Amino acid sequence: MRILVQSESFDVGAETAQFAQGHENVGALVTFTGIVRNNDAGTLTEMQIEHYPGMTEKALTTIATEAQTRWKLQDVLVIHRHGDLAPGEMIMMVATAARHRKAAFEAADFLMDYLKSRAPFWKREITSEGAEWVAAKDDDEEALKRW
Amino acid sequence: MQVLYFAWVRERIGLPKEVVDTTAVSVMDLVEELREREERYALAFSDLGALRVALDQELSDFDAPLEGVREVAFFPPMTGG
Repeated sequence: MRILVQSESFDVGAETAQFAQGHENVGALVTFTGIVRNNDAGTLTEMQIEHYPGMTEKALTTIATEAQTRWKLQDVLVIHRHGDLAPGEMIMMVATAARHRKAAFEAADFLMDYLKSRAPFWKREITSEGAEWVAAKDDDEEALKRW
Repeated sequence: MQVLYFAWVRERIGLPKEVVDTTAVSVMDLVEELREREERYALAFSDLGALRVALDQELSDFDAPLEGVREVAFFPPMTGG
């Protein structure tokens, strides 16, 4: 398991290649990458991501450990950035490695659902009109009931 | 006890963390104490439904006891991913 919380950008290709190495019996590798999305009006200039140092790493480790308990995974990778990001920049990625694709897909989906509302990150959007904290969606909480 | 605030809770209260000398038995007691301090606290804690609490870096709830807890954090629902 590898959990990284960082302000620096990361290279999805290099991280994925590194993650793919060193595991026996891996038949499936799933990655998800989250990108800073512009708003419909195209006025987003910056996405600020605040987090709770200490708790963030613990929460991500707990979520990844839970995924390993529920599915037969060879490995899990979570990278999540904080700080000031521009539209189009990568915010985060998760990767799961398993013998079969179903476990890898499901575990990645699970990780994303939990990461959205159980890891202490807060997004703030800066647009030409001002700054606003992104509100959590009811759907995000609802999504956890799937698991 | 170390009390931390994040996102708009931090902005409303005007500081990221502070040491609070308290005998509060539960999180709710602590919230009541803070609310009575100043208007900015009352404003930040006006709608607990919009707030989450963590005790020693674990998500908890407002009814939880504070015995043995060293760090309390208040923040809005998380928006990671």
